[in-house]
Amino acid sequence: MNERIPILRIGDYLLVTIQVDMHDQLAVSLQENLGEKIETTGAKGVLLDISALDIVDSFIGRMIANISSMSRVLGANTVVVGMQPAVAITLVELGLTLPGVQTALNAERGMDLLRAAMATEGGADGGSGS
Amino acid sequence: MADQEASSLELRNEQDIVRTRQAVRKLSQALGFSLVDQTKLVTAASELARNTVKHGRGGSVRVESLEQSGRRGVRLAFVDSGPGIPDLALAMTDGWTSGGGLGLGLSGAKRLSNEFEISSTPGIGTRVTITRWK
Repeated sequence: MNERIPILRIGDYLLVTIQVDMHDQLAVSLQENLGEKIETTGAKGVLLDISALDIVDSFIGRMIANISSMSRVLGANTVVVGMQPAVAITLVELGLTLPGVQTALNAERGMDLLRAAMATEGGADGGSGS
Repeated sequence: MADQEASSLELRNEQDIVRTRQAVRKLSQALGFSLVDQTKLVTAASELARNTVKHGRGGSVRVESLEQSGRRGVRLAFVDSGPGIPDLALAMTDGWTSGGGLGLGLSGAKRLSNEFEISSTPGIGTRVTITRWK
């Protein structure tokens, strides 16, 4: 179990694409690695691409929610993108609605959300500086 | 009802949960389940397999394809000889958790299945059987 999900840095953003059928420990280590990466890079946004995930069960759902909360605490916004429609239907029936998790249909729209959030926050920071 | 195909998989660790998902995916695909039905069944299987590994201290799952008056289906029977569940009604409640999870495992798996049966004896173990029809 020494696989690792790559975390790519693109400017102020981190890109995580989950390409494997994750076992639980891999999901847990992704969360830890991402936390460290946000800290070392000072990233302002995380794009979590789950388009290759063919299921999201309650464990993976919790991991997604945790990543989103953790990033927020570390000053980065997370957008989850690319959820397959069948996965979304199943997730809702399972009872998981991912409250507080920002989602977008695809990576492009996800990036738009991250940029918009950064522009807003950048403006607020500028205003409060004196 | 004629058994078309049945196999049994060990459930000892996290890799076995992944293997169970893959086996259930393969069978439901072979039976011509729609993508949504496949996803529901695989997700239910993942929840129950995790219960077997984490709460049941390991066990097995029997994966079976069914045919009943022209209908095809998949039946999964998860069996462990773990500590058992003292209060089944409570365990079936959304949000109830013995620790760590979201408490959606059993209730969620039930919602994702067409048929759901559970029996558990404290000190002896737990058996959960689900069926999903095409």
